[in-house]
Amino acid sequence: MLLIDCPYCGARPEIEFRCGGEAHITRPAPEAARDDESFAQFLYFRRNTKGMLAENWWHVHGCQRWFHALRDTQTDAFAATYKIGATPPDLPGSAS
Amino acid sequence: MKPTSQSHRLDQMGRIDRNRPLTFTFNGKPIQGYAGDTVASALLAHGIHLVGRSFKYHRPRGIISHGSEEPNALLRVDRGAGREEPNNRATVIEARDGLQVFSQNHWPSLTLDALEINDLLSPIFSAGFYYKTFMWPAKFWKKLYEPLIRRASGLGEAPGTADLDRYQHRFAHCEVLVVGAGPSGLAAALAASQNPQTRVFLVDESTEMGGSLLHDAEAEIDGQGALDWLEASLATLASRKNLTLLTRTTAFGYYNHNMIGLAERVSDHLAMPQHLPRERLWQLRAGRVILACGAHERPLVFPGNDRPGILLAESIRAYLNRYGVLAGQRLVIATCGGAPYQLALEARRAGASVTLCDRRRPDECGPELGLAEAAGCEILTATAIVGTRGHDRVRAVQIAPIHGAPPSLPRWLECDAVGMHGGFTPNVQLYSQSRGKLRFATEIDAFVPGDAVQANQSAGACRGIYDLDACLLDGWQAGGGTHRTFVASPRPGGFLPGGPWEDATGGEKAFVDFQNDVTSKDIGFAVDEGFRAIEHVKRYTTTGMATDQGKTSNMNALGLVARKLRQPVARTGTTTFRLPYTPVSFGAFAGPHHEAMFDPVRRTPMHGEAEAAGAVFEDVGTWKRALFFRREGETMAQAVAREARNVRENVGVFDASTLGKIEINGPDAGAFLNRIYFNDVLKLAVGRARYGLMLREDGHIFDDGIIARLDTNHYHITTTTGGAGRAQAHLENYLQTEWPELQAYATPVTEQWAVISVQGPRAREVLAPLMTGMDISRAAMPHMSVRTGACCGVPCRLFRVSFTGELGFEVNVPADYGPMIWRAILDSGRGIAPYGTQAMHVMRAEKGYIIVGQETDGTASPADVGLGAMTPRSKPDYVGQRGLLRAEMTRPGRKQLVGLLSLDPAQVLDEGAQIVRHSRADVPMASLGHVTSAYASPNCRCAIALAMVENGAARHGETVYVTRPNGWSKVHICPPVFVDAQGSRVHG
Repeated sequence: MLLIDCPYCGARPEIEFRCGGEAHITRPAPEAARDDESFAQFLYFRRNTKGMLAENWWHVHGCQRWFHALRDTQTDAFAATYKIGATPPDLPGSAS
Repeated sequence: MKPTSQSHRLDQMGRIDRNRPLTFTFNGKPIQGYAGDTVASALLAHGIHLVGRSFKYHRPRGIISHGSEEPNALLRVDRGAGREEPNNRATVIEARDGLQVFSQNHWPSLTLDALEINDLLSPIFSAGFYYKTFMWPAKFWKKLYEPLIRRASGLGEAPGTADLDRYQHRFAHCEVLVVGAGPSGLAAALAASQNPQTRVFLVDESTEMGGSLLHDAEAEIDGQGALDWLEASLATLASRKNLTLLTRTTAFGYYNHNMIGLAERVSDHLAMPQHLPRERLWQLRAGRVILACGAHERPLVFPGNDRPGILLAESIRAYLNRYGVLAGQRLVIATCGGAPYQLALEARRAGASVTLCDRRRPDECGPELGLAEAAGCEILTATAIVGTRGHDRVRAVQIAPIHGAPPSLPRWLECDAVGMHGGFTPNVQLYSQSRGKLRFATEIDAFVPGDAVQANQSAGACRGIYDLDACLLDGWQAGGGTHRTFVASPRPGGFLPGGPWEDATGGEKAFVDFQNDVTSKDIGFAVDEGFRAIEHVKRYTTTGMATDQGKTSNMNALGLVARKLRQPVARTGTTTFRLPYTPVSFGAFAGPHHEAMFDPVRRTPMHGEAEAAGAVFEDVGTWKRALFFRREGETMAQAVAREARNVRENVGVFDASTLGKIEINGPDAGAFLNRIYFNDVLKLAVGRARYGLMLREDGHIFDDGIIARLDTNHYHITTTTGGAGRAQAHLENYLQTEWPELQAYATPVTEQWAVISVQGPRAREVLAPLMTGMDISRAAMPHMSVRTGACCGVPCRLFRVSFTGELGFEVNVPADYGPMIWRAILDSGRGIAPYGTQAMHVMRAEKGYIIVGQETDGTASPADVGLGAMTPRSKPDYVGQRGLLRAEMTRPGRKQLVGLLSLDPAQVLDEGAQIVRHSRADVPMASLGHVTSAYASPNCRCAIALAMVENGAARHGETVYVTRPNGWSKVHICPPVFVDAQGSRVHG
């Protein structure tokens, strides 16, 4: 069971959270999504990274706040968690 | 029956309490033992070796080990009805008064098993036989082959009744967890717990701590006897408040982020458990884990190596030193290393005659050779066992020179027990579960931990360190200890890795995996048939599977595959170790979460009222909802018809409390809802309500409900019953992640309000006298409006809305007042009757009102269900706006909502049934769509249905066919409204 560091509540077990998938996907403004291709990119396409991935997590059975996390999809190790609106922290050795 | 004597019990030795005798039964026969015995040790004390039949061949099998790795001695424990458990290892079950254990997998009895014939038929049971045999005819598989195979092969039977025992869950945290309380683990715990601020757990699966020290009675540590050192160490540990010691506790699973699953067996060993649970499942989060799991002894693979009476050498030592049981008077020890020479010395002293068959040449042996000779043991070097004899118990072994010794004819040695030693296998299972990679250590012919991935460290024998002083030091250092060394008695070591199996080519089977009946030949077959990867060989032969997970067999199987492929073991690799380390009962995992505690039951405030009125309930998610209200002598259909007619003709009362309710507050509440809903929300005036649709970004319908504006910046919205949670999540997601700049707040209030829906032409007349502070007249409160005031003096939000097509109101009062208001409404006139969810469904279908999740399936757009007219004309942005413009959403020929009328008015269609153009078309025929809702309508006096049909809006009037279990229904497509097509009644 993962131990996830909610930026508002501290470290809590995985069962309190729900994963919301890849983070920093910009919802296109109506005028920006005129063509099907760019809208499809937003709607369906994700990176499916093997390695470090920024994700949205929801502390649903806690403070109910959404936040971001950097998780290694291969090892399940969390490198950092940070609040919505904040920029991802720089990780040593990570290619961004 | 008279108990047999404990013929193999010594007067001295062992840690059993001879002053506390006990009696249990084995297959109904009384067996005596002493406190401290396991079932296995007590059986061996009686000279009973035969305890089971093997998986496929039904060969007689005995106890081979003294711990949890036991593959053979699997027994059913019976503690009465509801307290039976199969596949318990005799080596782990603690003997106690009144315990009943039974052997498994034989018919008619253990000593006379008819299926032993399988042993003679074994050529057809070789590896992969399931895959090659019983393939034809296909229909024979389910009815004939599978039941036969399942009965003939396998392990114990699952109990047929519910488990009556109680199980507990516990959660804990610690800085250091030490798994295994052998010499390394003890030293690690001693070091780690020196700092009183460090919370340390020390867990061990055995009944007492000490590990191998418990049967290493003659060893010395720091000038003390090993057992005295153990006692002093345990006393020190017990005195430390920061230390938690758990015996009978297996660390069975190493999960993510250093969470360890522990299974503690709390009360099985007690005759009178009283208030205690049977088992306790711990979820322990550890800062650091020290794995001191020890090593398993490896069997030797020789023909007939599975006869009862052939044990692991170290286990014979354990029975001797820990339980005072001498497994045999004429002991043969087969070895390829020095370790069992200690057994030879100890068995000699206990009075046995001992012959050592050592695969090594004299020049490969150490000083142990001279010691054993001096003690009177017969020693045959460069010698191997090539055959065995005996049915219920080994009677003789056949030996032959190997390894460059002068050839001579094999000869038979009589014996009554054999100890085998094929080296040790470090127990790396938990380490592997933690995703750590293994490294092959050629010098000990075993895999050892490489670099850890999680915060753990292996110490002692589980990383290939076998000398006692080195194990103690390794543990001490792993625990963070410094400035200390240990002095301990040396033990014979030395080991000849590789190939005890080249002689396993004789006529009889040489077993690699005892539990799955996998022989050296099977492994050879698998490789011959092209299986190269070890994971494939494992699955084809089943080696290393089932309850023991290959603890004793894995390395021998790997060695055979590597040899056959002529490649190093390191390249062959090893199979994945999976949790649990040893079997854990389902009860421990379930813990208290069963029956009422399995899933919470949600009841509405009016549940009791409904019950008293004869309600029959249905489960909707976790809610209990009144399906209909049965009156004496009524069928469900009659009750539903009565309820639905009463609403259209008179007035009905419905409990709508389960609807999801969310309050939206804040200066941007309206702007927020305008982006969330498909509808135009900004135009909604205070005091008005509107039917609202929520879409997903892809344009498909997500949820529906009512949007009511209570005040400028205050909305009350409702969702479907089942969608309440996900709608709230949807709102929070957009508020927090997409539009954090909006000042709007979504508060779930579903359970704060009791909702009583009053529907029917007389609804206003019934409610008006109860309401104060609001004018509910036709002129003052039109359809789709909301007022706040009081009902019977209780604060009330009154919605004028309808899900029946009749004049209707929904009375919202604080939940606790629900029952009182419910009674007040029902008592306020004649002919007012409650109706249930079935009548509600019938009436909304009569009106063609959709239910999200019934008419829609996650691929329907608003236009598909006839709500295209709601499309907003000028909205800058809302969820689903761009999605609706996708080519797929505007494609001609999409499925659209229609009504269906059966030609036979009594024929209610099946929901989900397929719709086709012609019943006589060629199969497979194209489906036009499917039935989404179907009811007998009491108001239309015929069967009605809603359906999603390709291009349905243009098909009104067409005749199509609907599948039935035995044929077809011919139906007309019609508009999806069956009652009051003009919709005037809601404005009544």
